[in-house]
Amino acid sequence: MRLAYLVPLVLFVLIGIGLAVGLTLNPREIPSALIGKPVPEFSLPPVEGRKEGLSTADLKAGTPSLVNVFASWCVPCRIEHPLLMGLAREQIAPIHGLNYKDNPADVSKWLDQLGDPFQRTGADRDGRVGIEWGVYGVPETFVVDGQGQIRCKHVGPLTEWDVENKIKPLLRDLTAGKESAVKC
Amino acid sequence: MVAEFGHIALILALALALVQGILPLIGAARGIPAWMALAPTAAMGQAVLVAFAFGCLTYAYVTSDFSVLNVAENSHTLKPMLYKVSGVWGNHEGSLLLWILILVIFGAAVAVFGRNLPATLKARVLSIQGLIGVGFLAFILFTSNPFARILPPPLEGRGLNPLLQDPGLAFHPPFLYLGYVGFSVAFSFAVAALIEGRVDPAWARWVRPWTLAAWCFLTVGIALGSWWAYYELGWGGWWFWDPVENASFMPWLAGTALLHSAVVVEKRETLKSWTILLAILTFSLSLLGTFLVRSGVINSVHAFATDPTRGVFILIFLGVVVGGSLTLYALRAPVLQAVGVFAPVSREGALVLNNLLLAVATAAVLLGTLYPMAVDALLGAKVSVGPQYFNTVFIPLMTPLLAAMAIGPLLAWKRGDVGAALRRLWPAALATVIALALGLWLLHGRDALALLGLALGAWLGIGTLCEWALRIKLFAAPLSETLNRARHLPRAAWGMTVAHLGMALMVLGITVSSVWQVEVQQVMKPGDIARVGPVEYRFLGVQPVRGPNYTAQQGRFEVIEGGEVARVMTPAQRRYQQPPMETTEAAIRPSPVADLYAVVGEGDAARGWAVRLYWKPLVSWIWLGALIMCFGGLLSLSDRRHRVGAPARKRIAASAAAAE
Repeated sequence: MRLAYLVPLVLFVLIGIGLAVGLTLNPREIPSALIGKPVPEFSLPPVEGRKEGLSTADLKAGTPSLVNVFASWCVPCRIEHPLLMGLAREQIAPIHGLNYKDNPADVSKWLDQLGDPFQRTGADRDGRVGIEWGVYGVPETFVVDGQGQIRCKHVGPLTEWDVENKIKPLLRDLTAGKESAVKC
Repeated sequence: MVAEFGHIALILALALALVQGILPLIGAARGIPAWMALAPTAAMGQAVLVAFAFGCLTYAYVTSDFSVLNVAENSHTLKPMLYKVSGVWGNHEGSLLLWILILVIFGAAVAVFGRNLPATLKARVLSIQGLIGVGFLAFILFTSNPFARILPPPLEGRGLNPLLQDPGLAFHPPFLYLGYVGFSVAFSFAVAALIEGRVDPAWARWVRPWTLAAWCFLTVGIALGSWWAYYELGWGGWWFWDPVENASFMPWLAGTALLHSAVVVEKRETLKSWTILLAILTFSLSLLGTFLVRSGVINSVHAFATDPTRGVFILIFLGVVVGGSLTLYALRAPVLQAVGVFAPVSREGALVLNNLLLAVATAAVLLGTLYPMAVDALLGAKVSVGPQYFNTVFIPLMTPLLAAMAIGPLLAWKRGDVGAALRRLWPAALATVIALALGLWLLHGRDALALLGLALGAWLGIGTLCEWALRIKLFAAPLSETLNRARHLPRAAWGMTVAHLGMALMVLGITVSSVWQVEVQQVMKPGDIARVGPVEYRFLGVQPVRGPNYTAQQGRFEVIEGGEVARVMTPAQRRYQQPPMETTEAAIRPSPVADLYAVVGEGDAARGWAVRLYWKPLVSWIWLGALIMCFGGLLSLSDRRHRVGAPARKRIAASAAAAE
């Protein structure tokens, strides 16, 4: 037997072992290490044309809040944007924006044109803070309780269903100080 | 009752598959003709049983029998009939049943069309098909029974994912599976050849039509999937390097290599063990795709719901099939002796280059697909491999491949002359220069990749036509002789010309649509006009509309071309009730010149609506190219040599000698 003919088998065995390990992992469990943990330490300046920046202290103010990671270059953000506007109008909880890797002029134009649902915005120009938050794709939305603990993370654009069935009930429970049964 | 009949039919099919997988194999080894003769009968019996089971499940869907769990979970009474039927394979269990149905149909087809095969080879091929069938039937019966009942039955079903309620997607999986599973025949032939220790031109001739057929189906399947992504996901993109897309693309790349290397085995009796390996790998990659999609190892919009027991089962199955066949390969492949001598500069040399590049491309896609999982397993970090990686790897691999694609067919077997081939390709060189000049002028030389794409497309397209013109002596001989030559040109040669032209069109489509696309995203109010490339869209507003199982917000745009209203486009956001979900229905006006593409997003009358409008030149050439490639494959498939059926080995050897 010539050894060269064994190469495909050896490669396959290696891949097979990898796949077997892969099976034991759950891909949907996107770095959820942060859920139940305090928000990372950070402090960001506001985006251009806005006054209030965003820092860790703002998220520990005693009331639950929503942190939305967005960018003007992100098309799904545009889709979910009206839902955030609606949430802001209902005033269930403050919504803060984490503006991820964006151009200052673009984002300020974006907020002027589409409306600004955010109480505070943090401009994360180089994406460092995004990494701390485990941002994986924009948009992402975090529910943070009054003590600054991350309670829920939603990856991808919010849909009306998510808002009605996940975000709002969770925020209401947190505001009422109840243990929430909402699954994230 | 019907569901139980279906279940019983599957159990019987498993029993028959066991018989088919074991007895003929032993019969062939021991020389027992009666045992070998079992194979075709068992294959056809299996086909009948599985078809019956599939019919039973379809019946349950059509009659909305919600006492069947699978139907209750995936169907709904309000669903249009087309989607009730396509709902059969719009879920894990049903699609697995479709997979098995196609597998047994291929098995039965080998039994019917393989009359000329030597008895032992035929018995072994069908036996291997039977063993694959055993694996899949056990999989469906033990982990994914589509006929499981639910008590008490719900009054209404849960509905089918609205994204899947689409004519493009209704037919995407069947074509894809016809491709995946079709490669099982090449695999069975390869394993049978390894057992027999014999690969010769006749073998290559028997394998080629099956590979071609599978390749054609897979090409259409992938094109349909990409087309679906283009208009249903509403992002205007058509390929995302999503793991599930890659899962279908890898067998396509390997299968394309196999098609070409089988030609070398047929004509030159060399590259034997490589071709065998490719046949094994192509089907292994199809199986790997199944594993990736169904085990939950990777996360993707296309992935079916995850279930670890299924993953374990498929992994073990994968281990047995791929591990077993590669072990057999390691043991037996050294026996296969090349007969023909091999010169690097020759038609076969060009085909080896093709194989090399396609194999590396396959490996690159495999690496990119599995890398996130490997990193997760080893380092516990979540990463995703984006289009950037694939584009970076793919462009340097495809460039020489496309460049050589025009030259290869002009090289002679055994010893070719690149210089002479290039001299005969002067019109292609001219076309390339013109394309480059045009590109430079239009782009001011800004985009090197675009120039490369244009040059390659022109080179390949005109180069392919050159080769065809030389073969039929177009303009070089009187018209009557040219026509006569065209008439007698083998269908396989026509097939190659057409398929390569399809590739050229696709390259041009990809290049032009990505470089010259115009995209406008903005908020529009009724009456607003947006200029997008050479056309203007006038927004007329949004109206609610009602469909059979959804409500929608439908936007209306007038498209103004050359000062006149050319048409009205109506993109929509659909909201399905069951399951609750929103889908984006892009409005598309396809045309050979440029697609118009409009999407309406969220908004209200006061603030206006977020819209995305595109002008996409030549984008339809991408799918047109794929269809033309498939047509080329079908032409080649209809070649006389395949149609008359491969004659016995001796006669082939004699006629091949005469042809030399």
